Amino acid sequence: MTLLLNISYRAWHVWRRNLDVSRFSWKTTILPPLLEPMLYIVAFGLGVGAYVAQVGYRGRMTDYLTFLAPGMIALGVLSHAIFECMYGSFVRMRYQRTFDAMLCTPLLIEDILAGEILWGATKGLFAGMAVLSVISVWGLAVFPSSLLILPTAVISGLLFAAFGLLFASISPYIENLNLPTFFFINPMFFFSGTFFPIDDLPRWLKALAMLLPLTHTVDLMRAAAYGILEARLWVSVAYLAILTPIVCYAAIFLMKRRLIK
Amino acid sequence: MKPIIQARALIKRYGTFVAVAGVDFEVAPGECFGLLGPNGAGKTTTVHMVSCVLPITDGDIQIAGLSARNEPRRIKAMMGVCPQESNLDTDFSVLHNLVAYARYFDIPTPEAKRRAEALVDRFRLRDKAAQCVDDLSGGLRKRLLVARAMVNNPAIIMLDEPTTGLDPQSKHQIWDEVRAMKQAGTTVILTTHYMEEASLLCDRLIIMDQGRIIESGTPRGLIEKHAAGEGTLEDVFLKLTGKELRE
Repeated sequence: MTLLLNISYRAWHVWRRNLDVSRFSWKTTILPPLLEPMLYIVAFGLGVGAYVAQVGYRGRMTDYLTFLAPGMIALGVLSHAIFECMYGSFVRMRYQRTFDAMLCTPLLIEDILAGEILWGATKGLFAGMAVLSVISVWGLAVFPSSLLILPTAVISGLLFAAFGLLFASISPYIENLNLPTFFFINPMFFFSGTFFPIDDLPRWLKALAMLLPLTHTVDLMRAAAYGILEARLWVSVAYLAILTPIVCYAAIFLMKRRLIK
Repeated sequence: MKPIIQARALIKRYGTFVAVAGVDFEVAPGECFGLLGPNGAGKTTTVHMVSCVLPITDGDIQIAGLSARNEPRRIKAMMGVCPQESNLDTDFSVLHNLVAYARYFDIPTPEAKRRAEALVDRFRLRDKAAQCVDDLSGGLRKRLLVARAMVNNPAIIMLDEPTTGLDPQSKHQIWDEVRAMKQAGTTVILTTHYMEEASLLCDRLIIMDQGRIIESGTPRGLIEKHAAGEGTLEDVFLKLTGKELRE
């Protein structure tokens, strides 16, 4: 428990440091998250969408683009939060020795790691908001229920950032991060209801899909974007609300154990 | 005078390996205190425990009356650390390295900028202020590391091999800075392999070997005792630690 008590407001100093880096290199850090979902929407929405007449979600039939759009918000949150805390944090820890330098200031390792997770979540939220703005202009999201996408992006961003830091903490070398990418991120990318509904999958595959955190993020975001808020969604809310603090704790615990000997 | 740093029966173990095997020393405020010893003697480990970045296995360190075990934040707030190897922020310019580092000490941005500007001038980094630190030479990088260690106006500054690998000009410049710190009343902890450096700068020093202190005193006193007043501190060092290679 002291692990959590050691986290202070100073985590924001770490967040601020990472924000400065992004501000100085905004062309590479801000433009891609804005443009990437556009690529998916054009490729899948218009390309694949031309061959798919209607897609069913919770008994409602829509065109493929409408189905796809909320999934792209979730993917934006996932990829930006998790990769920032997998590769970004690994590089700062191992190659740039940023954490070593910070440890010689009043920051404790818990502040630093909490700051990293907050930063990863911020990047995820930013990416999610970028996609949401685009699809809102496109008329693919219903308001005001779509505003619920934002808190979903915040908690999912924290969760995926923490997963990223967790993977970084147990990877001896940066190359090892290919493993969680293949076994965790890629399955979520395809099987979380992002590109197609999971309802029609074989039962065993659907059961596996329900275990993936992104499935719950996607479901919450799609329900908000469609404006069909149902009581069953509380299960997904609970899933994310319980898993997030556990993964945050595990990531900070394991990373501290790796760094402070 | 009451010591500002007091290490008591200090031990650091990694599993079965003992890096520091029971070390006692005291440092008076304003003193320049040297840690000498061959590679692997436990100097850097000791320094890391004093600067509260490494947990203490056994024993304790009191710094300005605070225990390193219980008050790491308050101790770190009054300390400046210049590490052996550069951990400058390669994502930032020279100037922003100082600004960002100052903020970790809760120094508000306008004040952080003021201090960064002053340090850039003091350490003659003005021409390089906007450059990325990746492009700096070894000497400039060390200067920036020393400057960064001063950004919080520390009462204690730890310099871990600050002149290793530097050309004579850069080395002398760092020595001048250390003298200026002493002049200003800052306590300086210096680890070094250069006996000349220790002779010139340190008021008192300890020689460590295999995790223990094998000798301590003033540079002059050690030469008197072990080299009959002739020769250099290096003769004393080799006499005490032997000539065989350590690593």
